[in-house]
Amino acid sequence: MTPLSQLLPGQFGKLASLNPERAVDQRLMALGLLPGMALKLVRKAPLGDPLAIEFGGQVVSLRLAEAESLIVDVSADCPIQRPRRP
Amino acid sequence: MSASPDILAVALVGNPNTGKSTLFNALTGMRQRVGNYPGVTVARKSGTCDLGDGQKVELVDLPGLYSLAAASPDEQVVTDALAGKIEGERVPDVIVLVADATNLLRNLFLASQLAELERPVVLVLNQIDVARAQGLRIDPAQLSARLGGVPVVLASAWQGEGVPEVRLAIAEAARARRLLPRVEWPANIATALAELTRVVAADTGRPISAAEAQRLLFDTSPALPERLGWSAAQRDPVIRAAREQVRRSGFNPLAAEPLVHYARLRKALEGVVLEGAGKAGRTAAVDRLLLHRVIGPLLFAGIMLGLFAAVFWLAKFPMEWIQHGVDVIKGVVAPPLDAYPMLQSLLTDGIIGGVGAFLAFLPQILILFLFVGILEDSGYMARAAFIMDRLFSWCGLNGKSFVPMLSGFACAIPGLLSTRTIEDPKARLATAFVVPFMSCSARFPIYALMCAAFIGPLHGPGWESVVMVGMHCVGLLFAVPTAFVLTRYVLKVKPQPFVLELPRYQMPKPRDVLWRMWQNAAEFVSKAGTVIFAITIIVWALSYFPRDASVAARIKAANPTVAEEVVKAQVQAAYVEQSYMGRFGKAVQPVFDPLGFDWKITVGVLASFPAREVIVSTLGVTYSVGEGAKADSRHLRQAMQDAKWSEGPRAGRPIFSLAAVLSLMVFFALCSQCGPTIATLAQETGGWKWAAGSFVYMTALAWVVATLVYQGVSRIS
Repeated sequence: MTPLSQLLPGQFGKLASLNPERAVDQRLMALGLLPGMALKLVRKAPLGDPLAIEFGGQVVSLRLAEAESLIVDVSADCPIQRPRRP
Repeated sequence: MSASPDILAVALVGNPNTGKSTLFNALTGMRQRVGNYPGVTVARKSGTCDLGDGQKVELVDLPGLYSLAAASPDEQVVTDALAGKIEGERVPDVIVLVADATNLLRNLFLASQLAELERPVVLVLNQIDVARAQGLRIDPAQLSARLGGVPVVLASAWQGEGVPEVRLAIAEAARARRLLPRVEWPANIATALAELTRVVAADTGRPISAAEAQRLLFDTSPALPERLGWSAAQRDPVIRAAREQVRRSGFNPLAAEPLVHYARLRKALEGVVLEGAGKAGRTAAVDRLLLHRVIGPLLFAGIMLGLFAAVFWLAKFPMEWIQHGVDVIKGVVAPPLDAYPMLQSLLTDGIIGGVGAFLAFLPQILILFLFVGILEDSGYMARAAFIMDRLFSWCGLNGKSFVPMLSGFACAIPGLLSTRTIEDPKARLATAFVVPFMSCSARFPIYALMCAAFIGPLHGPGWESVVMVGMHCVGLLFAVPTAFVLTRYVLKVKPQPFVLELPRYQMPKPRDVLWRMWQNAAEFVSKAGTVIFAITIIVWALSYFPRDASVAARIKAANPTVAEEVVKAQVQAAYVEQSYMGRFGKAVQPVFDPLGFDWKITVGVLASFPAREVIVSTLGVTYSVGEGAKADSRHLRQAMQDAKWSEGPRAGRPIFSLAAVLSLMVFFALCSQCGPTIATLAQETGGWKWAAGSFVYMTALAWVVATLVYQGVSRIS
């Protein structure tokens, strides 16, 4: 279990949990990032912040501080290495 | 949808980056209108669409959004417009939902929410060409069957594919009035919603819709309850109890909505979208280059430098043509009016001069909007925000503040208009507040005049360039701390997370880009044009009247042997000196004395408050070298170099000392001297409060900093 903010570029896993109280997490849920969803940290911006993550066939940017509440299970058996649309 | 009630009102809704605006342009052609929603700074785009059978409908292009949860002003407008809660807007008869065919699941989340509104819907699966290239096969008939029989159209608005079918589908939807099936809420959530609906009606005396009840239950935004007049004391215990009820069915109340909708959509899409062999597209590969740690920022700097160069140098040529044209027109209009000097002056100096000065900015603005449009439609703008965000986030702005601030270096008005792309209201307001600090091109002439007349000759061309570049940075230097203080201590708005989709790269459609450039330019002309025109006339009148003929007669009598040109310039200077503007300038000169300004500079500064570029021609008049002085005028430079204090402790010393030259430039760098900027700021921030605040703050800051510069440099040198 690793916070998304500590993932390395290229690392992927399944979203284990998030915090629905936070506005960021509410936005991401509306985009389809729900527990169980496969996701990948595509890259960090040149200055190290924000991050670009890929899930459900889309790439979304969010700030490092906003990524803390997203907990990723990197050991999960991820059927897709590059998460694609379902 | 203010048009006549007998034609259908249709709303275009969808996620950002789905090609919604391209479809809107394809459906309406040139029959479009751009306005504003009352009380908010969200643009309202509408147009007339022919359904193909002669029937016409009024089509409104609503801002793009991912969810009906109304967090930003844009989202609020969509939610309100669809519910018919905006004054003068009709409830849409048909909703056209534009979805990106390559990512149906996410796009249909909005459709699933819209079902609660119980309006007839047309579902357009746009960008179907891209989906096909990716190997996706979508069965529209099966999807329609799963979604209550609403028309489903496969389209590629970019290619023009499916557009006629969309027209037919709108007509069919209006006729058959099929609705999207509403989601089946788990029992506890359904009970909580019913209870909420009942209590709101009892507390406020107003019945609410099912969609509104859901917003109250699932959203943390207070916007809706406040509009319903449901006080915090009344609602807090009720909403808490309703959420407790939701929790009992095993759902977190703030996650229940997406969980239920997405679970339902996954089922609805089973077997509808088939993945076959296809190419993944080049976006990921392009991003590896454009977002590379080293190459990315370099390319970014190159692109922005190119944009900046285009705005400055490409626009120079049409600007010169316009200025030349204005001079030609003046030359034609003036001679027949020699017998009516007042009319002649009003027409040439007031009206033609004012319109010309304003039109000269237009090329810059057109080029700026063209490039911004290309960057936006191609998908690069989101990457630019991604690269720049870290540099802006620490002072409360975000990556999207970059383009408005860069635009501000050409002209603050397009910069202010482009703050609309910033979703976060706090960052939007703070960005709008600091855009006028950027060194716009109207500040250039005074820098050029001062550097060429004083810095260059006295300290060499090297220092001239240093001062020139330095002056362009002064504003930025003060803008950043201003934004920091503003977002941290003054603005009480809750900041929004910076969640930004990095969309697929796409070739911009020339028609869309040109059309938007035209609309933005038209908005600029109608907005800034009228303000500039009005204030030009007022300034003209203040510096023209009173005009006692004896003044001219006395000067002519005293200088019988002097060349006519010189006498004319002297007469003009004398008139300005005794005009209302001149008298006022002399009266307030003590205020500007600590900055090292004499009464002539003071008159120039006062006359420049409506539009700062006026300073050079005003100095030309007050320093008796005649009107129409340009920054490169040799006579004006000479006159200023020779100018000396005639009285007081500095008598006999040059007025334009190094201290005064620097103080004057710094004053112009920071002072709020632009009527149209103030007017646009008022419009974009939704009231005069921020516009007045900006004026007072910038002017006071300019006075203080210029005083420090003058006093400091005077002591040292």
